[in-house]
Amino acid sequence: MQQSNGYIIGFAAAMTIILGGLLSVTAVGLKERQKEQIVLETKKQILSAVMSTEGIPKPKLSDIYGERIKSTVVDFDGNEIEGVVPENVKVDKEYKKSPENRQYPVFKYMSESNPDQVEAYILPLYGFGLWNYIWGYAAISSDLNTIYGISFDHVGETPGLGARITEKGVQDRYKGKKIKDESGEIVSVDMIKGEGNPNMDSKPHQVDGMSGATITGKGVNSMLKSYLENYEAYLSKVAKSGGTISASL
Amino acid sequence: MSTETAEQPVAKVAKAEGLFSKRRRKIVSDPLSDDNPITVQVLGICSALAVTAKLEPTLVMSIAVMFVVVFSNLIVSVIRNLIPSRIRIIVQLGIVASLVVIVDLVLRAYLYEVSKVVGVYVGLIITNCIIMGRLEAFAMGNKPYDSILDGFGSAFGYAWVILVVAFFRELLGSGSLFNFKVFEAIGIDNFPTVGLMTSPVGAFILIGIVIWVQRWRNGYVEHQ
Repeated sequence: MQQSNGYIIGFAAAMTIILGGLLSVTAVGLKERQKEQIVLETKKQILSAVMSTEGIPKPKLSDIYGERIKSTVVDFDGNEIEGVVPENVKVDKEYKKSPENRQYPVFKYMSESNPDQVEAYILPLYGFGLWNYIWGYAAISSDLNTIYGISFDHVGETPGLGARITEKGVQDRYKGKKIKDESGEIVSVDMIKGEGNPNMDSKPHQVDGMSGATITGKGVNSMLKSYLENYEAYLSKVAKSGGTISASL
Repeated sequence: MSTETAEQPVAKVAKAEGLFSKRRRKIVSDPLSDDNPITVQVLGICSALAVTAKLEPTLVMSIAVMFVVVFSNLIVSVIRNLIPSRIRIIVQLGIVASLVVIVDLVLRAYLYEVSKVVGVYVGLIITNCIIMGRLEAFAMGNKPYDSILDGFGSAFGYAWVILVVAFFRELLGSGSLFNFKVFEAIGIDNFPTVGLMTSPVGAFILIGIVIWVQRWRNGYVEHQ
């Protein structure tokens, strides 16, 4: 059946309007819910640096977050920035600025028994793996040296290889490692090449690597090191104050 | 045992045909084996390589493809006599693309975890040749109910193949099934995982084997 040009144009126009309208309605209708999911996901990731979030429903995590996390934003010199909601700071956007100009959110995990005492400082991380961006949260204990816990996530690392940075077993390797050497300089913690390296427990600045994912490991290393250095000013400020201002700063 | 993707409209049938008559059962069952979209028609290979590293995203992908192929078949079949033949491909593409975007939005709103994993690939359903193939070959010339059945048949035919591939890739590549570490559970702690299986190369090999086994079983021969 041969249709006239008018019919074809009319059909195309009608189809565009109907499909376009349908898509807009869906997008607008689901937008709030998607935003909510992203906020919940961020909270979950922050918490997963200090506790196991597996199997805990998201609304419950949101409650825990509200009870245990106090957050703030600091600049490169460790001074608090007023009027910025820490949860709204987009670490990926900040990453594109030079380190001196970024805003640095700090999420303080408060002690359960004493809500004024900080148990761990959770610092966001952002960097590049093998294929694409990687990010995470590193929790530093209140001694400002020991790693309390860590969580990583990624966009497109190879499943089964680099993507293993999201596995609990890999992240747990960081627990108890030290970020400073004896003189108090930040040396970070390096993931080394190969897997099953012996005596990892006796090496405070190294963790066992992931077999077949050396480049992702390197990305993790440089991400962790650069962000620990970026937060150095803030961490030393907290150390000087002896932790007394830490609850407020 | 037709290998042509462009099937002729099914011959006229007598009135009051059963909902699951023999002919209709055949519409569903043919793509599962004799006319399988992946192993026989060799369509949709691209996504079969990309998403099959783990079972979970593969399952979500199968369901998403099923949703898209069934509904696009239905919609195209309903308006098949209205679609101007000169722009029919773009009309089909528009319908498929809209459905895919809806799937993507719904996943992001309700299954955020899963959408993080399959997000990139959901968009690629648009280019899944199976869907365009079914629209052009079947839905444009058949009634809505038959088209729905055809959509289910093709989607199941696609699903079982990629699930088989994903099963072996996850088992051998990551030593797990649905992220459950099977080998550790049965007491083998240092199962040597095959890195090859986590890369698309492993999927190529597995799909090759599946195609081989299936064609051998069906006695299928390429036409000269």
